[in-house]
Amino acid sequence: MLLTRRWTKVVVFLLCLAPVAVVGWAGYNDKLGANPIEYITHATGDWTLRFLCITLAITPLRKLLKLADLIRFRRMLGLFAFFYGCLHLTTYVWLDKFFDWPEIVKDIAKRPFITAGFTSWILMLPLAVTSTTGWIRRIGGKRWRALHRAVYFSAIAGVVHYYWLVKSDVRKPVMYGTIVGVLLLLRIALSIKDSRKAAPRPAMIT
Amino acid sequence: MLIKRSPDIRSSEITPKEIYLNRRRFLAGLPLVGAGLISVSEAHAAKLVAAKSPLSTTSEKVSSFEDATTYNNYYEFGTAKDQPAQNAHTLKTSPWQVSVEGEIAKPKVFDIDAIMKMAPLEERIYRMRCVEGWSIVVPWIGLPLSALIKQVEPTSKAKYIAFQSLYDRKQMPLSDRAGIPLPYVEGLRMDEAMHPLAILCVGMYGETLPNQNGAPVRLIVPWKYGFKGIKSIVKIRFVEKQPPITWNIAISREYGFYSNVNPAVDHPRWSQATERRLGEFRKRDTLLFNGYGDQVASLYAGMDLKKNY
Repeated sequence: MLLTRRWTKVVVFLLCLAPVAVVGWAGYNDKLGANPIEYITHATGDWTLRFLCITLAITPLRKLLKLADLIRFRRMLGLFAFFYGCLHLTTYVWLDKFFDWPEIVKDIAKRPFITAGFTSWILMLPLAVTSTTGWIRRIGGKRWRALHRAVYFSAIAGVVHYYWLVKSDVRKPVMYGTIVGVLLLLRIALSIKDSRKAAPRPAMIT
Repeated sequence: MLIKRSPDIRSSEITPKEIYLNRRRFLAGLPLVGAGLISVSEAHAAKLVAAKSPLSTTSEKVSSFEDATTYNNYYEFGTAKDQPAQNAHTLKTSPWQVSVEGEIAKPKVFDIDAIMKMAPLEERIYRMRCVEGWSIVVPWIGLPLSALIKQVEPTSKAKYIAFQSLYDRKQMPLSDRAGIPLPYVEGLRMDEAMHPLAILCVGMYGETLPNQNGAPVRLIVPWKYGFKGIKSIVKIRFVEKQPPITWNIAISREYGFYSNVNPAVDHPRWSQATERRLGEFRKRDTLLFNGYGDQVASLYAGMDLKKNY
């Protein structure tokens, strides 16, 4: 089966890096428009939301398409969401605010859209740290899964961050919001279905 | 004191005749090349002759034509910065008329040509600060708004001037997605409008305005945020009461009637203390009244600028 081949992971990894290559190449050729820093900010923010959506789509897709092996890619995709989130935050801290920490702290406290964006990133942080197999074992599968549901809150905070940022044309943030909402509902529906199926089974002794 | 004579020029430094003739031939060819490029991108651009104005801001580097014409807010042609440059070619700027009406002795519909002849055209280099936190320096071409005002003879009831942009969904197919009420409207208090820095702008960089910059005639009020500079004006109405303005109708908490550039009054969602000059890496401090305080601060004497944002 194709999804279990080792090289597919390498291909997906490289594909996930493609946005960096595209923006990097455009930047190298001075093709980022009149306001390159704004361009980079928007590109990294967009890709954070996209990777969050892709990551959240894995479980519903696995179940709906009966492609259990898709799980192999979920951790990597989630870590790429975090990676683009870090690039986005770095762009803000470095290129936009130029390490003006008092100003940054004020921004986070005072500006709701920055508070929301920062919340989204903070929520991803423990998930990235505990993404290894070792941490799953240490925390225990059940608690680990509960913890990692925080990714939904991160995605919602990310969408709110975007929605509060735009001046008048809310089509794109609304689109991301719809996708995250649909994925969340799908996940709830699927887990209700699973629990009904699982209910008659006797408890497992471990 | 000893004055040193410069040594006579060495023969090796003299440019051979064929080379300098070549240079001349090369230079002679340039205007044609340039004109060719312009005719592709700016089909309607025409050269404008304008006198340099002492009111110009000459201490700062003028932004590139490229930046000023490809990074625009003109929501009728799309809400992304690069969209107006791509889409505004559907705007028909000729023939163009501006209806001047309201509390005036001489209401009249002016052809754009008549407006351009109301006063000698001047080049005014101004800083332009967008409410979003970026800025450019543009060599506008226009005439004092006061020239038009004087010509139509406002009555004593004329306390404000309301401006209106063209709104034609056929020419502006993306306008349904603007997210703001249209037609775009703006306004000034009479004394603001009479201020010598306020101009009716018909060109930039030595040419008529590109469509995405608000052709054929727009307002430039350099001490206010850029959105006060209403584009593609079709109506100018003299009124007694403060007229509504588009961004205030859209989000009144964030955009006020005055919208003077002020680093001390933050936008509810972001700081206005600094700005990014396009083409520069580090942000620079935003200046009160965009640096034109010496000329305009007296207009707002005694006014609470925080309340009257």
